[in-house]
Amino acid sequence: MSAPSVAAIEQFAGKGAARSAARKRNRATSGSGSERRPRWVTYALLTLALAISFYPLYYAFLLASSTANDIARHPIPSLIPGGHLIENIKRVLESDIGFWKAVENSVIIAVVTSLSVVLFSTLAGFAFAKLRFRGRGPLLVFVIATTAVPTQLGVVPLFLIMKQLDWIGQIQAVIVPGLVTAFGVFWMTQYLESALPYELIEAARVDGASMIRTFWSIALPAARPAATMLGLFTFVTSWTNYFWPFIILGSSNPTLPVALQLLQGTFFKDMSLVMAGVVLSVIPLLMLFIVAGRQLVAGIMQGAVKG
Amino acid sequence: MTSTQTPQFAGPTSGEDGDRQQRRVGFSQKLGRWDVKLSPYLYISPFFILFLVVGLFPLLYTAFVSIHDWDLIKGQGDSVGLKNYDWVLHSETFWKSVRNTFSIFLLSSVPQIIIALVLAAILDANLRAKTFWRMGVLVPYVVAPVAVSLIFGQLFADQSGTINQILTNLGLPTIGWHADVLPSHIAIASMVNFRWTGYNTLILLAAMQAIPRDLYEAAIIDGATRVRQFFSITIPMLRPTMIFVIITSTIGGLQIFDEPRLFDQDGRGGADGQYLTVTNYIYQLGWTNRNFGRASAVAWILFLIILVIALINLMITRRIASDQSAGEKKRKKVRA
Repeated sequence: MSAPSVAAIEQFAGKGAARSAARKRNRATSGSGSERRPRWVTYALLTLALAISFYPLYYAFLLASSTANDIARHPIPSLIPGGHLIENIKRVLESDIGFWKAVENSVIIAVVTSLSVVLFSTLAGFAFAKLRFRGRGPLLVFVIATTAVPTQLGVVPLFLIMKQLDWIGQIQAVIVPGLVTAFGVFWMTQYLESALPYELIEAARVDGASMIRTFWSIALPAARPAATMLGLFTFVTSWTNYFWPFIILGSSNPTLPVALQLLQGTFFKDMSLVMAGVVLSVIPLLMLFIVAGRQLVAGIMQGAVKG
Repeated sequence: MTSTQTPQFAGPTSGEDGDRQQRRVGFSQKLGRWDVKLSPYLYISPFFILFLVVGLFPLLYTAFVSIHDWDLIKGQGDSVGLKNYDWVLHSETFWKSVRNTFSIFLLSSVPQIIIALVLAAILDANLRAKTFWRMGVLVPYVVAPVAVSLIFGQLFADQSGTINQILTNLGLPTIGWHADVLPSHIAIASMVNFRWTGYNTLILLAAMQAIPRDLYEAAIIDGATRVRQFFSITIPMLRPTMIFVIITSTIGGLQIFDEPRLFDQDGRGGADGQYLTVTNYIYQLGWTNRNFGRASAVAWILFLIILVIALINLMITRRIASDQSAGEKKRKKVRA
């Protein structure tokens, strides 16, 4: 069975898709006529906002390319980078924080968590959005309510559980609690409700497909745009997560954020070294952002309208 | 439950309707019916099982730990009733951490929402290169709080920090961004604002674009200025989204840990605990002092605080929502 194209699904989808399409058309026509292009002041303000969002990152890069001495002598770095970036990066890689181990851990945790969150959330979202079963309504309300539960505060017993399992210092202690999230389930439910027409499911069922087959061949392909966004958000969240990995992994088997903190040293804080570490940790996500930033923007904006 | 998951043998049932199910009877038919009945529960079960084991149970069990002597290494000790709570509520550091948490929270959420509103209004204009600007404001979101904290720690360094040097160059007195209470809160709040303002801008922008344009057209005909339109149409129409943003930032903001922890190299929330937050304090009690009983007592108190605030939020939201639906009904009547 071939997957129906996303465009075809959106044709069926009705309301949501139609509304946004209509809005786009509206804007397009009004753009040429009644809604004028803004003046330069607007662009100046936006440029300022962007400068503020970029400066701290550029600042990190500037410090990473200078030396501890320079930083002490010139607290305001010159906007032209110095020539010590490679040397500082080498020092980070050769330091005793276990940089490559940390990268490996961060990548494994982020990839596994993202894939698993997408799979389990789509599965649950498919059930909530398109299947009928007793207790569906209350259970969905429960899922939504749990997004507001500050589970981080259960950190002591969670630590005790991991101790029982002998998982302290092991990355599965970070992976397992993040395998599926309430936000993900809610997100996929919302999306599949409008993006997956009942006709397609019925057709698959009439053709003799089981539930799981229907999910795999119909729901999963239809969920692809939302699933991509969910995967991206989960990846970013996992990559930047600190609190729990810090507590459960410690410095012996760290993730990248945990390792980064170790660069601060105890006696002497060499900011050029610390910032080289910061730059190294930020680059992968900046690259991801260049490739997929558009989708992150769209994801936040879609989630907002629905949520 | 899993044994019913045999896709290859599932019968040709028609799905959720169930009215065509009686056409054929047989083994495969039965399997098919089980498939339809049990699959939904099977599909949603991973979330519920995981939430119960790593979310709800630990949270509730925190209450149990909190009424015991409980050492990180030695484990469970005697039941001590409310002794841990008594100790915590009489601890000066605890109240300091509560003060710090709320102060940092207010300093980060209020300016953030105002700036996000303004930025969203600017982005809502008919811009050239829309996507570029939108992506631009979102860049800080992909920077880990740890990295943000290390960067801002240097920007706001007390001696030979960038901001203090700028102040000196301008002939102004330097500020104890780490040493003093309010300045350190401002510095930490600025990290939170740096990372989240763009994110919330996009949420508000999406809500702005969903406002029907005819409202603005009517206002223009009535002679309303841009500013008047913003306050009389945009802000009221954004209320539900703003409440959503406020609630999510409350729950996250009161649990802040990373930024104050990494603001200096010791991670103790300052020499005098001037920027120690409640979650930092939980860590300190539990893992530095090895006292899980007291750490749990603090966690449970913070949980209750968040619960109370969430309920207040909910009540306000309800009221506003009912106001709005009443307003909408009125409008519909007028139209009819």
